[in-house]
Amino acid sequence: MSGISGSSTLSGIFLMVRRSLRQHALSTAITMFSIALASGLVMSVFSINDQTRAAFTGGEVGFDAVLGARGSQLQLVLNTVYHLETSPGNIPYEMYATIKDNPRVKLAIPYALGDNYQGFRIVGSTEDLFNEFEYQKGKKFEFQKGGRAFDTARREAVIGSFVAQKTGLGLGDKFNAYHGLIYDPNMRHEEEYVVVGVLKPTNTPSDRVIWIPIEGIYRMTGHVLRGTGEQYTAEAGKEIPDEHKEVSAVMLKFKGPQDGMLMDQTINKQGKVATLAWPIGRVMMDLFNKIGWVTRVLTLVSYLVVLVAAASILASLYNTINERRRDFAILRSLGARRRTIFSAIILESSIIALMGSLLGFVVYAIILGVTTLVIRSQTGVVLDIFSPHPILILAPIGMTVVGAISGIFPAIKAYTTDIASNLTPIS
Amino acid sequence: MAVLEITDVKKTYRSPTGERQTIIDIPKFAMEEKAHVALEGRSGSGKTTFLNLIAGILKADTGQLLVEGTDIQSLSEPSRDLFRAKTIGYVHQTFNLLQGYTALENVELGMMFGRGLDKEYAVDLLGRVGLGDRIHYYPGQLSVGQQQRVAVARAMANHPKLVLADEPTGNLDPHHTHEALSLIRGICREQGTALLLVSHDDEVLQEFENRQSLADINLAGQEASTA
Repeated sequence: MSGISGSSTLSGIFLMVRRSLRQHALSTAITMFSIALASGLVMSVFSINDQTRAAFTGGEVGFDAVLGARGSQLQLVLNTVYHLETSPGNIPYEMYATIKDNPRVKLAIPYALGDNYQGFRIVGSTEDLFNEFEYQKGKKFEFQKGGRAFDTARREAVIGSFVAQKTGLGLGDKFNAYHGLIYDPNMRHEEEYVVVGVLKPTNTPSDRVIWIPIEGIYRMTGHVLRGTGEQYTAEAGKEIPDEHKEVSAVMLKFKGPQDGMLMDQTINKQGKVATLAWPIGRVMMDLFNKIGWVTRVLTLVSYLVVLVAAASILASLYNTINERRRDFAILRSLGARRRTIFSAIILESSIIALMGSLLGFVVYAIILGVTTLVIRSQTGVVLDIFSPHPILILAPIGMTVVGAISGIFPAIKAYTTDIASNLTPIS
Repeated sequence: MAVLEITDVKKTYRSPTGERQTIIDIPKFAMEEKAHVALEGRSGSGKTTFLNLIAGILKADTGQLLVEGTDIQSLSEPSRDLFRAKTIGYVHQTFNLLQGYTALENVELGMMFGRGLDKEYAVDLLGRVGLGDRIHYYPGQLSVGQQQRVAVARAMANHPKLVLADEPTGNLDPHHTHEALSLIRGICREQGTALLLVSHDDEVLQEFENRQSLADINLAGQEASTA
């Protein structure tokens, strides 16, 4: 027998698939939606996991290490780099003065924490933050129009872009600090600060911070300094002796990669007073390794959703096969081979899965968009929705393959349709 | 040359009681090229089975079934499917149109699995059966008579050598019956196609010069009627 044109048979298959999708539009749409959810979820879980890991562990934070009170390195990093968590305690100001002059240290910036405004942390620091510090290589903080760094002798503040956006504070606006890291209207400090600078967005945790001179923290009413171990309260117009001062942490940038290792040896292994969180990426990696099971659970859940979606393809197609038996018999009587019918069903299930997967990108964009907003508002870290990730290719391909496999059982049922008994009653 | 030659063809079915029941037992039957033959067959006489055997939809237990010189029995199933699509047109009593496809698509599908799609010819065929203005109508939007015409157009889609018609007028009123028969026979004559029609309707059978009774050629039917 001479063969017929392959393209003609293919046209027949495509016509069959097109018509079937239209005839069963509702079940097709519902199945596609479940595929979209599954595909979007898988892409989101993998992408968010890798992006957050990269952002928190591999992203540039501008510092190599954090020096703080003896205790948890993770707590120290979360508290100072990401402005989360409570402070593990203070260290004497003299440690800052000493380490600042250490030949291995390129830059040392002190942080003093303890107050907030509407839940945004107020961090006392020095003007080095604006003059010397690079939050990313070659990138220093920049002020929005009309802004400038605070004068360390005045009650002036520089606010991050996210703070400005959320609180409505702008240049020239005045505000009072509130004691503690959580906003409590009863804990209002008397001192009034004026905003002299609003930073341009950096997409880093700094966007969520209010910066004031470190001296301001020391002189805030109600603040007690214990640099010497004994309580000391600053008095207006009188200089505070360095031995009474404390800092929450010192943010460090080393001159070379070897310096971190040597400082780690000196402070963590031999010293007993302070903790050096170094390298910051490794500290955060520990956190992600500890909570790795969450990712595994989420991954498992998303795989289960994929299974459910695959089952929904199988069920919806299988249910239509019975009502389509006569159609298959007619098509067979017109010359369609069993394998043509089989291929049409497999193609149909694959197309449903592929279209569902493409719709999954919408789900993915929504999930990632919401997650990005949440992570940004909670940490200041911004995820890149459009960042390429292999899962964005693998998931649609995988889903289409799963769809094709889901179609096998219904396709076999269609394949075995008997022509004669499904055409007309035998007479 | 004969378009159809049947020799010693037997077809049995297993009855619900488990016994084998012979439905078709035809020692000899032949049709010449371009011939129009009407077979009279009452309900349950095995006429659909007979046509399905000729079309290669069913396979006989024994015997030889030559269509256009090809023993359809000896072909593999895929080859039979292709042979049927290319050589045989089939008009069913219930028309067996695909409800989700337009009139034009029904005809085109007949081509796609046969000699290949010829869109122009498909439109032309529908025009010739009087449906030129309804090619994009779905079967549900057409009258019974119009559906029958789509079925005829589809049967002719691959320039068949033989058209099988199984009670093609069974669902039509007497007026449309004559019209439908004229259409089928006219289009078969135009294309030089042989026509084998089975019916139990005397009015239909009377329109054919060449009439035979299935009971006369099918020994199984004779056994059943004499039993």
